[in-house]
Amino acid sequence: MTDRSEMFDRLKGLIAPFNKKGVEISEVTTFAGDLEWDSLTVMDFVAEVEDDFDIVISMNLQAEIENVGHLVDAVKKLTD
Amino acid sequence: MNDLFSKFDALIAQREGLLATGVKDPFSLVMEEVKSPTVAVCNGKETILLGTYNYMGMTFDDDVIAAGKQALDEFGAGTTGSRVLNGTFQGHKECEDALREFYDMKHAMVFSTGYQANLGIISTIAGKGDYIILDIDSHASIYDGCKMGDAEIVAFRHNDVEALEKRLKRLPADAGKLVVLEGVYSMLGDVAPLKEMIRISKEAGAMVLVDEAHSMGFIGENGRGVAEEQGVLDDVDFVIGTFSKSVGTVGGFCVSNHPKFEIMRLVCRPYVFTASLPPAVVACSATSIRKLMHNSNKRAHLWENSKTLHKGLRDLGFQLGTPEAQSAIIAVIMPDLERGAAMWQALLENGLYVNLARPPATPAGMTLLRCSLCAEHTSDQVADILDRFERAGKAVGII
Repeated sequence: MTDRSEMFDRLKGLIAPFNKKGVEISEVTTFAGDLEWDSLTVMDFVAEVEDDFDIVISMNLQAEIENVGHLVDAVKKLTD
Repeated sequence: MNDLFSKFDALIAQREGLLATGVKDPFSLVMEEVKSPTVAVCNGKETILLGTYNYMGMTFDDDVIAAGKQALDEFGAGTTGSRVLNGTFQGHKECEDALREFYDMKHAMVFSTGYQANLGIISTIAGKGDYIILDIDSHASIYDGCKMGDAEIVAFRHNDVEALEKRLKRLPADAGKLVVLEGVYSMLGDVAPLKEMIRISKEAGAMVLVDEAHSMGFIGENGRGVAEEQGVLDDVDFVIGTFSKSVGTVGGFCVSNHPKFEIMRLVCRPYVFTASLPPAVVACSATSIRKLMHNSNKRAHLWENSKTLHKGLRDLGFQLGTPEAQSAIIAVIMPDLERGAAMWQALLENGLYVNLARPPATPAGMTLLRCSLCAEHTSDQVADILDRFERAGKAVGII
């Protein structure tokens, strides 16, 4: 069981190499809008998160993840 | 009123911007006359066809055309019905017999298009609680089949064996799994490492579906595709294919040895709720499939064409999708959409038609000029093609 802020920090660390524009990361930062990630970047990032937590984030679930807060919730649920 | 079309505004603006630069619309070309599998008349100009997927040149085969004419006379213009009602004629059964023989498999099911074959089989066999594991660069028909069904969709990096293996290991051991692969990927013309991928999939208890649309008729000893070439066809549960490439007509199919396969005819909605192929189309297709079984000279010539074009384009300085010719598709990578469209038009003005492919159909946001060779292209035509690429490439400033 990971605490929410710990999970947020770990994901923030995984986002960093993909955050080319140096956008400030908060719970409400969106991947498509704020970070301007294209589908290829999303795929690479998802693969990083999956490998780091040893989980699978299905495309069905990805469709519901719009911002960092959603991702924290999803990964917490998958790892709990 | 909220205009539902406003979601297309960005695309409309991009298209208008492109046309404003003076290029013709690459997506509204009309073939005014088709003279052979390799030559048509476009904008009043005789044009070599290098983007039709007509790999074996069967569209004008004498026997194929004769079979179609006879069926048109004897069975009429259309079936006006579903395969499961009034739409299965003698020709549909003969077409499925030809496929069973071609692939040496127990079951064959013919759909009205290749798109519907993927849509139908994938959406029907993987249901709620099952997993579909697919290559990220899969064809639109595979993605649409996933979207239509209720399974969980898991994508892995293109042709990455390790990425597939990791994901399979993370899925629940007792869940139903379908791994969806393609023999040849149509955008870059690259071949999948099916041998490794299928072994891993089977070890994980998954069923395997392979789309061999771009390999049928010329890859593998009997033209059964990349899985045959790599010696793993026996481990493939479902082969999906199309008639609109090597076979030279239109239609799609699935062949399988699954003992319960025939139930698909009752539960697969894109098979049930649409009209079946017209009699002439199935007659042409069955004749073509049977002729494709014995075609080694044509296959050898197609490979020679593909290798010559690949080497020639590389020597001219074009950037290509694969380091060597892996299939009959050669993808020429363009620096951006504007120059891609300009190059496409310059080629057309030089009497050469290729496919312009752009995102989102392409991987990694690439703009591609996709060339697909035909066994009926003569060596002189291939030399001509290279010459036209050189002239157009220099005019547009790509080489």
